[in-house]
Amino acid sequence: MTAKQKLLSVPHLLGIEGLTRDDAILILDTAQSFVEVNSRQLKKVPALRGRLVALLFFENSTRTRLSFELAAKRLSADTLNFSASGSSVQKGETLLDTARNIEAMGPDLVVVRHEASGAPWHLSRVMSGAIANAGDGQHEHPTQALLDAFTLLSRWRRTAAQGLDGKTVCIVGDISRSRVARSNMLLLKLLGARVRVAGPATMLPAALADVYGVDVYDDVDDALFSGDGVDAVMMLRIQKERAARAVMGSDDDYAVGYGLHRERFDRLHAANDGIVVMHPGPINRGVEIDAAVADSSSSVILDQTENGVAVRMAVLYLLAVGMARTDVGSAA
Amino acid sequence: MVESTTARVLMDHDDVRRVVARLAHEVNDALQAAQRGPLGLDPSKLAIVGIRTGGAHLAFRLAEQLGIVMGRVPEVGVLDITLYRDDVLSGAAMPILKGTEIDFDVDGRPIVLVDDVLFTGRTVRAALDALLDMGRPTCVLLAVLVDRGLRELPIAASFTGRAVETTRDERVDVHLVEEGATADQVVVRVARDRRAR
Repeated sequence: MTAKQKLLSVPHLLGIEGLTRDDAILILDTAQSFVEVNSRQLKKVPALRGRLVALLFFENSTRTRLSFELAAKRLSADTLNFSASGSSVQKGETLLDTARNIEAMGPDLVVVRHEASGAPWHLSRVMSGAIANAGDGQHEHPTQALLDAFTLLSRWRRTAAQGLDGKTVCIVGDISRSRVARSNMLLLKLLGARVRVAGPATMLPAALADVYGVDVYDDVDDALFSGDGVDAVMMLRIQKERAARAVMGSDDDYAVGYGLHRERFDRLHAANDGIVVMHPGPINRGVEIDAAVADSSSSVILDQTENGVAVRMAVLYLLAVGMARTDVGSAA
Repeated sequence: MVESTTARVLMDHDDVRRVVARLAHEVNDALQAAQRGPLGLDPSKLAIVGIRTGGAHLAFRLAEQLGIVMGRVPEVGVLDITLYRDDVLSGAAMPILKGTEIDFDVDGRPIVLVDDVLFTGRTVRAALDALLDMGRPTCVLLAVLVDRGLRELPIAASFTGRAVETTRDERVDVHLVEEGATADQVVVRVARDRRAR
């Protein structure tokens, strides 16, 4: 069989790190088939009928949990919801004990969000199901990066195999604390894009350029307009709950210095009228992005949410079939 | 070398062409008859749906032939049944998705489902589930190039190109030019040749 017919090289999706370019292409191509399923009147297929998907959200999240839950349901899987608030975690249960109890219910797939980096990896050692990382600490948020790449490819009418060669994407915000930025830097580079990152110097780790091969700017206008400019700009949410005030200054200061305000967007649009504006959500209107810009025709923010379901269906499906084939292999 | 002693050619290039042309006539005759029947089918609403991969190519060929017979080429859709298979999570089926492309509404239309080889009937079962999830056709008819018997489900073809008796340790391979073959050919061979290939 051809290289295209290979399955994922990994049993879990713990991060973009560890994925090959073929893995990324397989997930994105599979997601394309699920976009077609999601466009039908009856948006459901029986692929994972009778399988159990446990959604373990130790950290609060609404949209990622809803997106994964909808993805699981559209594949006809059963879902088990576990969230930290009001659960045994608040009563002092350890991650390991929680995992053991969920494991006793026999989930085939486990979706994990946790405030500690590495928690999904830890669970992959003690649980028998396949793990999908839905965001861990400041480490990775691989499905967000995958849906972002999928959205860019769709917007630019490219196949995953064609990749993002020749395109420049600028990520703006708190790069040091953002798992979205980290996963995106890795995946965008894997698919061939040039990546620029910009933010206040206090939000830029020192070794970025060396480790990720990205271009680093502490002036957002330099990042957006120098050289040949950029094809897409990804505004990160300012995580007020994580960043100390001393690091980011006031909302107004941030909006003027680093936000995609009207004036900055107009200049960007004048330089490249095909500019694509992205945001992983939820957005702080008027802080990192102007309200009108977020709603403009350059914005793909709602496409990101829509594509998220298809990408997560692809991830759950591929992890499930990967597990099935591993079982067959070991039995033979 | 081993293959030449255990493989037999069931249909050659011209056989495949002739059989598809004959199937088109049979489909047309059945639709004309059904137009006057109790279902009151409208032949002008006919659509052809091929099951990936072999059935999809044959669906386009059948549509082309129907264009000659009926004076109008019916719409063609392609069905990927992977997500509906009963063996995708047992590791038996190849789980790579190639996508369903049916750009028309299947509601209220007679549909001819096309596959290359009818064997256990499980593929057709999956295809029917997939198709009915997309709407409510007036009726679904099944056209196959080869019926090799050995059914595991109560499914029968409405139009059969060639019926042949086979055993479980045999394979029926359909080679089509659309897939890169130099000529169309249907070959029956003993399955253990698979390793020799």
